[in-house]
Amino acid sequence: MKDNIRNFCIIAHIDHGKSTLADRIIEKTGLLTQREMQEQILDNMDLERERGITIKAQTVRTVYKANDGKEYIFNLIDTPGHVDFNYEVSRALVACDGAILVVDAAQGIEAQTLANVYMAIDHDLEVFPVVNKIDLPSAQPEKVVEEIEDVIGIEAVGCPLISAKNGIGIEDVLESVVTRIPAPTGDENAPLKALIFDSVYDPYKGVIVFIRVRDGKVRKGTKIKMMATGAIFDTVEVGYFGAGQFIPCDELEAGEVGYITASIKNVQDTRVGDTVTDNDNPCAEALPGYKKVLSMVYCGLYPADGAHYSDLRDALEKLQLNDASLFYEAETSVALGFGFRCGFLGLLHLEVIQERLEREYNLDLVTTAPGVIYKVYKTDGSMIELTNPSNLPDPSEIDHMEEPIVKAEIIVTKEYIGSIMELCQERRGKYISIDYIEANRAILKYELPLNEIIYDFFDALKSRSKGYASFDYEMKCYETSKLVKLDILINHEEIDALSFIVHSDSAYERGRRMCEKLKDEIPRHLFEIPIQAAVGGKIIARETIKALRKDVLAKCYGGDITRKKKLLEKQKEGKKRMRQFGNVEIPQNAFMSVLKLDDDK
Amino acid sequence: MADKELELYIHIPFCIRKCNYCDFLSFSCDEEGIEKYVSTLVEEIRCKARDYKDDVITSVFIGGGTPSILSDDQIERIMNVVKNNYNLSDCCEITIESNPGTLTEEKLLAYKKSGINRLSIGLQSADDDELKLLGRIHDYQTFVDNYNLARKLGFDTINVDLISAIPGGSIEKFKESLLKVVELNPEHISVYSLIIEEGTPFYINYGEGGPLEDTLISEDDDREIYHLTKTLLAEAGYNQYEISNYSKAGRKCQHNIGYWIRKNYVGFGLGASSLYDNMRYKNTSDMKEYLRIKAEDVPCGYMIRKEVENLDIKDIIGEYMYLGLRMNRGVDLKKMSEQVGQDVYNIYRTWIDKCASDGLIINKDHIICLTDKGQDLANYVMAGFV
Repeated sequence: MKDNIRNFCIIAHIDHGKSTLADRIIEKTGLLTQREMQEQILDNMDLERERGITIKAQTVRTVYKANDGKEYIFNLIDTPGHVDFNYEVSRALVACDGAILVVDAAQGIEAQTLANVYMAIDHDLEVFPVVNKIDLPSAQPEKVVEEIEDVIGIEAVGCPLISAKNGIGIEDVLESVVTRIPAPTGDENAPLKALIFDSVYDPYKGVIVFIRVRDGKVRKGTKIKMMATGAIFDTVEVGYFGAGQFIPCDELEAGEVGYITASIKNVQDTRVGDTVTDNDNPCAEALPGYKKVLSMVYCGLYPADGAHYSDLRDALEKLQLNDASLFYEAETSVALGFGFRCGFLGLLHLEVIQERLEREYNLDLVTTAPGVIYKVYKTDGSMIELTNPSNLPDPSEIDHMEEPIVKAEIIVTKEYIGSIMELCQERRGKYISIDYIEANRAILKYELPLNEIIYDFFDALKSRSKGYASFDYEMKCYETSKLVKLDILINHEEIDALSFIVHSDSAYERGRRMCEKLKDEIPRHLFEIPIQAAVGGKIIARETIKALRKDVLAKCYGGDITRKKKLLEKQKEGKKRMRQFGNVEIPQNAFMSVLKLDDDK
Repeated sequence: MADKELELYIHIPFCIRKCNYCDFLSFSCDEEGIEKYVSTLVEEIRCKARDYKDDVITSVFIGGGTPSILSDDQIERIMNVVKNNYNLSDCCEITIESNPGTLTEEKLLAYKKSGINRLSIGLQSADDDELKLLGRIHDYQTFVDNYNLARKLGFDTINVDLISAIPGGSIEKFKESLLKVVELNPEHISVYSLIIEEGTPFYINYGEGGPLEDTLISEDDDREIYHLTKTLLAEAGYNQYEISNYSKAGRKCQHNIGYWIRKNYVGFGLGASSLYDNMRYKNTSDMKEYLRIKAEDVPCGYMIRKEVENLDIKDIIGEYMYLGLRMNRGVDLKKMSEQVGQDVYNIYRTWIDKCASDGLIINKDHIICLTDKGQDLANYVMAGFV
């Protein structure tokens, strides 16, 4: 039975075409007709479609009739490519036995190609390459094949050369899945042992748990136990993943990928990475599970309307179920009231969560400046991990501070090496090495402070290399650094939610730009508003928002009151999206937009 | 049942050419097109009359566009259908808007003959260069000639429109225009501060990020001009009675006031707005659709009603407030509370108190009105009542 199952995923650098290939595989395996196909079937979050990226790992089961005449069950798990979502990739990999590595025939190997392939190999997956986009005018498939063998060291000669977009070579990929990816192993007669690799919350069914069954079997009525949390449930339904839907079946057994529902109401009871077993016949020990992911970027999330605090808490709880890499804890801000300090894998992850909260949960949010975790060593010998700048102790109590440093790899074509090195220098990078992977492309290695790359490093990288650079990073260590807290005062009042930690050398520049940006963001009031940046109580920059002098519509045409009313309503609506600080109203998006200081540079 | 008061607005959407700053519903048109429109308009006015047979018409306003583009005969036909089908009050104020360069002795005589007793002339500036910049078809002298002619023919209520804050202008330049107008001694003066509207030629040059944006008059100067206007005109015997309007004693424009105190009004013609028994609506702005009234004999033009809005009590109170505040005399909260059956002061107490403490409104004996500063920031104050 297990011999005809293939559990695999597709890994690739962003935009190399893994979602398109997934679409083609689903299409070719005949589960859906051409008519039912929406573009990029697996990307079913609105957000994913709009941005054209995959955020959540998704799973789908299809049936393929191979050339050997047998039918194979494919469990395909789509994975995200962005560096922020490596954790999702890692989770998906654990459920698989093999991976298809997609490489763009024109762009060749990129930074995340390497990162993802090494991760797959770490998970003992069988990896075979596919060269995609061979029909592009600039495609050089032979060169890319050579590159894969030289740089990654896996066999690539004779690998499928395809165009996922135009459906070229897909059969070849499907056959390779059958021949090159091993069938799952495991004992269906042993006690149940299944790994939770994802879960979602459904208002009717409760938590839907995604599992990979390693040993044993599970069916309706099985009394299951979550080994880490100890929670016990009666299985209500088991099934597998159709395209965009859940399809119930009788049982799931060793080697299979599917889902369980068990009227699980409490989100806390199911942890991704936990092992599910049979309560009446438990397995001896749990599966290794996952490394706990470390949040890299922190920021405060506050409901725009304080009354929605508990809605925000519920939403975060449900999102965390779906995205275990999201961390949150309650905090209070003088300026913003009750909210949460949240940890993310990166800035894109932050933006995605923010947008999901706003769209899927209809919440209006205020987001504070993202920061990293600083280690603050106090003169009394103790150390605190600082995620919220306003908790920084008095400077007299601080001995020294450390900031996180990452090891960054940037793959870039020759002509942009200079400008990318310049960028890294500006961001306080420490040069490590440069290696040519082929005549025209090199891997640059730098050590960079994490707080220099969380805001807009990707954008800067893209614009300075005309899109020809790719980037990946991993945490390296903490290093001592000269850091200061930059405070922002609006109308002489310190706004704690706008404070952030910055290297002392760039404090002046950042403070000045913050003030300029806030001047543009905050509408004029009835009175003059000074905006000041301060370090340790000393003002280092100032801007002034002049008082509002005129706001009147002179003419009202021929009794057309509706037009006037619309204008006033718009004005009133605008006021609602403001946050009151003393006498001053600050638009909610001002808190976020001040980060994008490089925009107008 | 006591007779209800009603105002009539008649829209003439045609101009010789569109001014560079104008975003209102107007365009140029050949004579044939104008005639088709006028005959449809006459039809609309006639067929709607039976809906208003119990109403007394207190004012008629023929606005545009440039109503003075119409021939003497066309104006007479429009006025005849009004007079023959509606109950005009004895002291009914009947205004026509006009632009210099389109007025003739024949037309003025026709206005008089058909009962029009108030003439509004769009001068906009007394400086020929500014007139050119605005895209006007006339110079200052043409205006003076038209004005004197109207006086000679017996028009004893004349309004002159001016625009302030014309790009490249100055406080001095505007003052000159204003004083020249005062010298002519009209009964009523309107001064509108220029708004750069999207979709106009001005927007391309002076809009956000436009190449000439920095030649715009600063907000500070704009406000200085505004307050200077108030002072200068008061000295000359014109009192401000509304944000943009000034008149000699007893010469306020009743029709205009009607909009601010929420009198019923019915609009005829393309895109004209109406308020009747707390229902607001607009005629279609699509000329083809409008002309079908006649071609297909659509009864009373209901088919062309757009954006119909039935106001609830909250809308009504809001409107009383933000429209009434445009008038210098302000809003009488006590009277209004009796009218709407709710304690209006209580509804808006916080906002009224805040505006009062910010010096934007005066709240005295249940009557609230804008201060000088409040007039500068009228939208800010009014948005709190929407």
